[in-house]
Amino acid sequence: MSSKSLQRKMDRLLTLENQGKLRTSTMNRSVRKLSANVLALVGLALFLLILMSSLAAPLISSYEPNAIDLKHRLSPPGEGHLLGTDQIGRDIFTRILYGGRISMFVGLGSAIGAALIGVSLGTYAGYTRGVLDSAVMKLSEIMMSFPQIILVSILVTIAGQSLWNLILIFILTGWPSMYRMTRSQMLSIREQEYIQALQAFGIGSVTISFKHMLPNAIGPIFVNITLSTAMFILQEAALSFLGLGVPLEQATWGNILNVAQDLNILRNAWWVWLPVGVVITLFVMSVNFIGDGLRDAADPTQVG
Amino acid sequence: MKQDTIVEVKDLCVNFYTNQRCNRALRNVSFSIRKARTLCIVGESGCGKSVTANSIMQLLPDLGRIESGTITYHGEDETVHIEKLPRNGRKMRSLRGEHIAMIFQDPMTALNPVFSVGYQIEEMIREHLELSRARSSEHAVKLLRDMGVPLPEQRVKEFPHQYSGGMRQRAMIAMAMACAPKVLIADEPTTALDVTIQAQIFELMLALKEEKQMAILLITHDMGVVAEMADDVAVMYMGNIVESGTAEQVMSSPSHPYTRALLDSIPVLGRGKAQNLEPIRGTTPDPYNRPEGCQFEPRCDYATEICRHQMPPEEFVDTSAGDDTPHMVRCFNCKELTHV
Amino acid sequence: MSDTREVLMKVEDLKTYFPVRKGVFKRTVGHVKALDGVDLEIYRGETLGIVGESGCGKTTLGKSVLRLHNPNGGKVFYAFPDGMRNILELKGGELDEARKRLQIVFQDPYSSLNPSFTIFGSFDDPLRKFGVKSKKERQRIVEKLLSDVNLPGDYMMRYPNEFSGGQRQRIGIARALSVNPELIVCDEAVSALDVSIQAQVLKLLRQLQSERNLTYLFITHDLSVVEYVADRIAVMYLGKVVELADTEELFMRTLHPYTQALLSAIPIADISKKRKRIPLQGDVPSPVNPPSGCTFHPRCAFATEKCRELSPQLETFTFEGREHHVRCHYAMDFASRPQGSHQSIQ
Repeated sequence: MSSKSLQRKMDRLLTLENQGKLRTSTMNRSVRKLSANVLALVGLALFLLILMSSLAAPLISSYEPNAIDLKHRLSPPGEGHLLGTDQIGRDIFTRILYGGRISMFVGLGSAIGAALIGVSLGTYAGYTRGVLDSAVMKLSEIMMSFPQIILVSILVTIAGQSLWNLILIFILTGWPSMYRMTRSQMLSIREQEYIQALQAFGIGSVTISFKHMLPNAIGPIFVNITLSTAMFILQEAALSFLGLGVPLEQATWGNILNVAQDLNILRNAWWVWLPVGVVITLFVMSVNFIGDGLRDAADPTQVG
Repeated sequence: MKQDTIVEVKDLCVNFYTNQRCNRALRNVSFSIRKARTLCIVGESGCGKSVTANSIMQLLPDLGRIESGTITYHGEDETVHIEKLPRNGRKMRSLRGEHIAMIFQDPMTALNPVFSVGYQIEEMIREHLELSRARSSEHAVKLLRDMGVPLPEQRVKEFPHQYSGGMRQRAMIAMAMACAPKVLIADEPTTALDVTIQAQIFELMLALKEEKQMAILLITHDMGVVAEMADDVAVMYMGNIVESGTAEQVMSSPSHPYTRALLDSIPVLGRGKAQNLEPIRGTTPDPYNRPEGCQFEPRCDYATEICRHQMPPEEFVDTSAGDDTPHMVRCFNCKELTHV
Repeated sequence: MSDTREVLMKVEDLKTYFPVRKGVFKRTVGHVKALDGVDLEIYRGETLGIVGESGCGKTTLGKSVLRLHNPNGGKVFYAFPDGMRNILELKGGELDEARKRLQIVFQDPYSSLNPSFTIFGSFDDPLRKFGVKSKKERQRIVEKLLSDVNLPGDYMMRYPNEFSGGQRQRIGIARALSVNPELIVCDEAVSALDVSIQAQVLKLLRQLQSERNLTYLFITHDLSVVEYVADRIAVMYLGKVVELADTEELFMRTLHPYTQALLSAIPIADISKKRKRIPLQGDVPSPVNPPSGCTFHPRCAFATEKCRELSPQLETFTFEGREHHVRCHYAMDFASRPQGSHQSIQ
């Protein structure tokens, strides 16, 4: 903030104070900060819009996402098809709506799955340290040093191409960062004196770490889940574009993009790949805005 | 104004604006820092003693500002109104360090860990004094030697983590002394240090005061430190100076109920188990929900009706020490109290 | 007096080292000797003050006897109803027996309560563990404990951020009392509090001691506070006890040069008492590589060749029927000279 706007803010508060209008807000500070964050609110609105329309897809569009209409192949936007059709005549708008369901499911599902593994390992190992911690730490280092695309190609070759396999692969590659984040949180929380007080009562490690420590780390974990969701959606799109993701017959945002590999479509049928690209960008951006907003709201060092 | 006053603070009011609230952190604070004297500002956490120091240096946080009052620096050939200067303007920056220097509580975080101690002192010298590289490095060694750092030629090359806590504070003082400032502001300089090291740092500060005629503003919460170091004392409570005067006046005949209660509540070495500690009842009020009148009224044993509605004015109880340092008390009942 | 005193805890040659790791492979390159052979006896019902500067091992001592740290050597005997047993060898249920008798009050009131839990939540698990099955009963106990530390019982449903430092510290004391302990380690229990609040907590600790016949191991760096609360004082330097005596005896007849310097360095909040400082040169040496012989010799004004080579033992002297333990070759020379700190104060 510039010093001028700061001065104005202070003037405004001073006037209110002199009129005796200022009261200590009963609203939670994080909620207040989040609601004052315009970008986060825009992100939230956008996120809800895309989410809702995907969920309500059958109400919005009368087409089937996989209904082939060979008479109207690659027809441009307009008459009957809001965003035109693809090379085998499927309605693109409908496919984007339905594809959103799968893409979001992959993103959120993978993020939550990775969090379940990473957070529970990180919570316990971060508190107890010792052999378990160093073993898991080494394992996570190994996982993180693989180029992901190669790892995915190998796993897809072995396990075959399916929605569930993709989620499984994302979870496998995604938990190490969750683990390290949770672990570093635990390392600072375990030095707090209330933890030592519980130790002095001889309370067990599982109770201390999961019941007493984890709630204090939940903020950063939540932010991390949000941001990973966005990351996994992007990864799904990238992998599907390469043909390594969800099987092509299922509509996902990445699979819609997949046809843009055809140079002819890329040059002459922009409506096939541009709208879906914009939707992916907007969605990922909105999730990132929400994540950043949450992080700022949870950060007590920020003024305001 | 007295002849030897270097920094004069008059009716200073500072507000903070955080969490959509306004906190009147300082209310009509007046005092002067004088040549070759140590002024101790003493008070509990949240009383505004650090805010006072930071106001003089214009180091308040973004959402805080000086609302009214004056801070005047009487230099050798100029008089500067600090409160009118822009926070990070050229004038303010040259004032900091060259004329007024400050040291902080935690010497570890006040030094940058990636530069050698010598480099950081030299940077300070070159910023203000325009000395050549060789001359400034000589100067840095000399400063460290003056501050009692052993083997200064070797230690200038070392990094902060190689220094112990006491040595770091000496390095900080060396840096503060680089341009021979007139005033040293020390904000709880020994709170993070052990008592034996604290004693060493105090020896050093005393020597600086006597040899260099330095004016010192020492911020502390420890009445022992006040008794040991202060020439003048100002006791703060909830943003006001409630009592001030010479150390002798304030410590031997405390006249504000808060000062008395404070002195009665601390164990004093040498008095043993038998001493009767009298805790001050209640707790410090919420700064956003201050009492209407005297800030100490809800905890005060001598409060009367008027205390509840009005902030007492500055009253001078003892002028025997002359005009130089009058014994000031902000209490409606201090006259009656002195006979208790 | 010494005949009637019952030994509650006996610490013998206690050693706690922390490894110093360096390099890529985290090899142990040395040890911080936080406790390097501590011998102590704590009597039932007394307050034993442990004083010293940072890094002298006083906090490690408190946490080692509670087994919050694992000592590398030595023994800690505790007087259980069926006789003295070494706490360091206890396991499982026996260890829980010890934990019921030994509790701790921490320094920092802001980190000693879990911010995500109500006050009751902080008491809940310990009480359940020690056999209070019904929730009603647990609530009743917490209410009683809070009233014992002069707080309203309905505070138990509130969160820690609603309380001031002094209130939190009293809640911390109540938590320690929840299992009816016999010995409480007060680890800098009043150091982080404002002076006006300090007195409240000190008075409360005294009152609880007389009501419940508690024994305190009172760890602090503040000699003025320890003089007020302690019956006996142990002065520590670099992981060793250098002087131990009754409080009055220690202040009247200070025998170790370190204790003398420490006493003289303390600022006294009494302007009428001016005294001579015994300045100490230099800093506390690193506990990784303590000096040879007497570890205090590099800073000691009276050090001789003997001090550099030979480590003194903790010797016991008796003056007027009171025991006085000192770890100094020349303790008797100091004893014959009248130069306790009180003389220099007055």
